[in-house]
Parts: sequence; structure tokens; C-alpha cells
Amino acid sequence: MLMPDKRISIEPHMFKFTTSRSLQTVVLILIVIGLIVMALGGYLSSLSRIVLNPLISAQAWLYNRYQAIQEFYTVPSDLVRLRQRNAELEAEVARLQSQVIDLQGQISEVDVLTTLLDFRRAHPENEYVSASVIGRDTSPFLHYVIINRGSDDGLRRGMPVVTNQGLVGRIDAVLPNAARLQLITDTDSRINIRLKQSNADAVLVGQVTGDVSLEMIPQDIKVEAGDLVLTSGLGGDYPPNLLIGQVTGVRRHEAELFQTASVQPVVDFTQLQIVLVITNFQPVEISPLIPTPSTP
Amino acid sequence: MATLIAIPIFIGLAIFQSTVVSRIPLLHGTADLVLLALVAWALQERVKTHWQWSIIGGLLISILSAMPFGVLLIGYLMATVIALILRRRIWKVPILAMFTTVFLGTLLVHALSMAALWLVGNPQPFLEAIDIIILPSLILNLLLAIPMFILISDLAKWLYPEEIEV
Repeated sequence: MLMPDKRISIEPHMFKFTTSRSLQTVVLILIVIGLIVMALGGYLSSLSRIVLNPLISAQAWLYNRYQAIQEFYTVPSDLVRLRQRNAELEAEVARLQSQVIDLQGQISEVDVLTTLLDFRRAHPENEYVSASVIGRDTSPFLHYVIINRGSDDGLRRGMPVVTNQGLVGRIDAVLPNAARLQLITDTDSRINIRLKQSNADAVLVGQVTGDVSLEMIPQDIKVEAGDLVLTSGLGGDYPPNLLIGQVTGVRRHEAELFQTASVQPVVDFTQLQIVLVITNFQPVEISPLIPTPSTP
Repeated sequence: MATLIAIPIFIGLAIFQSTVVSRIPLLHGTADLVLLALVAWALQERVKTHWQWSIIGGLLISILSAMPFGVLLIGYLMATVIALILRRRIWKVPILAMFTTVFLGTLLVHALSMAALWLVGNPQPFLEAIDIIILPSLILNLLLAIPMFILISDLAKWLYPEEIEV
């Protein structure tokens, strides 16, 4: 039995097609290799810039728009979270500010107490009770302050009150847990003083303006601005040698019996915070010893 | 109730006066919150406890101050008398009555204070006191008169609600 002839025959047009495809591939590969070589050699940079710049711009524009659209949908939830966070931080800031104010107050108090402690160490002859000023007299005619220590702490009427700077006044009225003290600037305050430089005695008087002045200075005494004013201890109301202030000006008239002088107190009465009460000094009541016109 | 509530109100006002208001002077004058409160209370139409308020306020301030005892109480009672007279005469314009009473009441309380200090041997220089204490205090009191009147009016409306006829 004869088998049929199965030889494959290649058509001429098919051979032509295969050849042209191979040629195209080779050309493409050569072009690619050429482009790569040119790119590596830097010959295409200007060309690539021209081509890529618009592409980059387009990409950036698209990215930004996409970002904007994404934010548009996602921000509301972030806004709530941010607001919540902001509220938390504001509360934290308020708390810290309050803490700072509190600590600044404590630092100020510690400074004052340290100074008072130094003063106490420098004057060991006296016994002191420290007190905070908690109020002022409601009447503008009177210069009194209220402190937070009273008879329970050993305070008695008439006890002198000082700061590290100098004399403040004396206790006028006492309650178990509070006391009222008369400042040296009160118009009813009279203090026997001694001028340190001239060793002359005079009387310190409070003014309605809150200033203090010296009266009863003998005419023959030379008083100058800057002279120190100390308590003399006469009359038994105050212990001697407590600093009060400095003379700032002298008024002298030949026709008058005495000179007068204005004094700048060393204590700033507007900033009075903590004071020391001298508890081992008891004022002496000498009024029965003062002769009156009816006394024989 | 209207009398009892005066005690915490005046305690609060006295403490505020002593700790804060006295540290904010105009020259050397300070506002008198207790005087303002009791005058404003006395000017309220339906209020009947003005005397009790004056006595409570006056006693509290007398205890706190070094002023001879009772002077401020008398001053506050006299200011209340002025308020009651003006309440009847100019009842349609309570703000005007408030200003007039505060003006007269402040002068009266300060005049009484100066007289009392003179009697106890602590005379104040008259012209200097007018310049640096009385007139500045008067200005401060007049400035605070309206806010205090509004606050006390609200309190009076709360304690004495208006009766509605059905």
C-alpha cells in the first residue's frame, strides 16, 4: 500500500513575511540599543527634558487634584480628631499655666521667707512669729492691715511688727486666729524716733496720704536728707533701734519752735505680704505716769 | 429668707472689699460695696427687709474696720433712710434714685467717719481728705452703682417674685 506524500511545502509569500518580521525586530533592537547608548552618553538629556517636563507637570497636577479630592473626603474625620486633640492640649496648657502661677507665687513666698529668716538670724535677741497679710481696713481713712495670726499664736495688743526691711507698725486688736495691725502711716500713729546721724529725738507721724513725717525736731539740730530714722524706745511702745526710713526733705522756719521733715519709709506698704511680730517685747503703759493739769 | 441671705452676701462683700477693692484705690479713695448693696436693696420696690440688711452690713463692717464701733452702722442706716425717701419720691426712675442715694450716702458715711475720728482725737485734714479720699471714693461708688443695682434687682426679683392676678 502506498502512503501519500506528506512533504511540507513553503509558500514564497510566507518566507517573505518571516524575513521582514526578523528584520523589523533587529532594527528595533538596534534602535533600542542605540537609544540606550545615546542616553548613557548623555546625548538625549535635552530631548528627554522636552518630553518629560510636560509629563511631570501633568503628573504633579493630577497628584495634587487627587490629594485635594482625598482630603475633601477624609478631613472631616480628621477635623473632629484634631479639634478633640486641640481641646486636650488647651486644657493641658491651662493646667500648666495655673501651675506656673502657683509655683511663681510659692517662689515669691519662699524668697520673702528666706529674707525674713536671714533677718531673724541677724537679730537673735528677739522672738518672732511670722504672719501673712490677708486684708486691709475697709475705710480709706485708716491704714490698718489684717494678718492671719492671733492670740492662739501668742500675739498680744501692742506687739511691734517688722519686716526684714524695717518697722511696719504694731498690733492694734487681736482675735484667736487673726489680728489687726496699725501701720506707721496711719494718721493716729505716733512713734518716738532717733535720728542716727545727729542722735536727736523726734516724733514720727503718719499722714492721710500714706506718707510719714517727722515733727518736734529741735531747731538747733542739723537734719539733712539721707539721715536714718530709728525707733528711740522712748515711751515704751517700740523696742529701740528698729529702722524706719530715711529723711528726704527738711522744712525749717525761724518763727517756729520745731523743724519738720519728710521721711521715706524703707517698707513698701503697698506690697506688704509677710510680716514678723516681735513676741518677746511687751509695750509699757506709761500714761498713768504722765502728769495732767489736775495732778498736784 | 430675704434677711438670712443678707448674711452670706455681706460676708462675701466685706471679704472682697477688704482683700481686693481696698487694694484698687483711686488716689486714696476706695469703693464701698456694702453701702452700694444695701442702698440698691432699699430701693427695690417690693423689698421690706431693708433695715435688717443695713444692720447686718453695718455690724459686719464695724467688726472688720478699726473705725470707732457703730459709726459705719449709723452711716449705713442713714443712707437707707435716704434711699427710702427717694424710693417714694422718684419711684419711676430707680436708677436716678440709686445715683442720688449713692452720692448722698457716700458723702454722709465719709462725713460721719471724719467726725468720729475727730472725736476720738484723730482729726483728718479736711481739704486733703476731700481731694484724695472722699471725691475719688464718690467717683468709684457712682461707677459701680449701676452694676450693683442690676445684680441686686435680679436678687430681689428672685426673692420677691412678681404676683400675677389671674
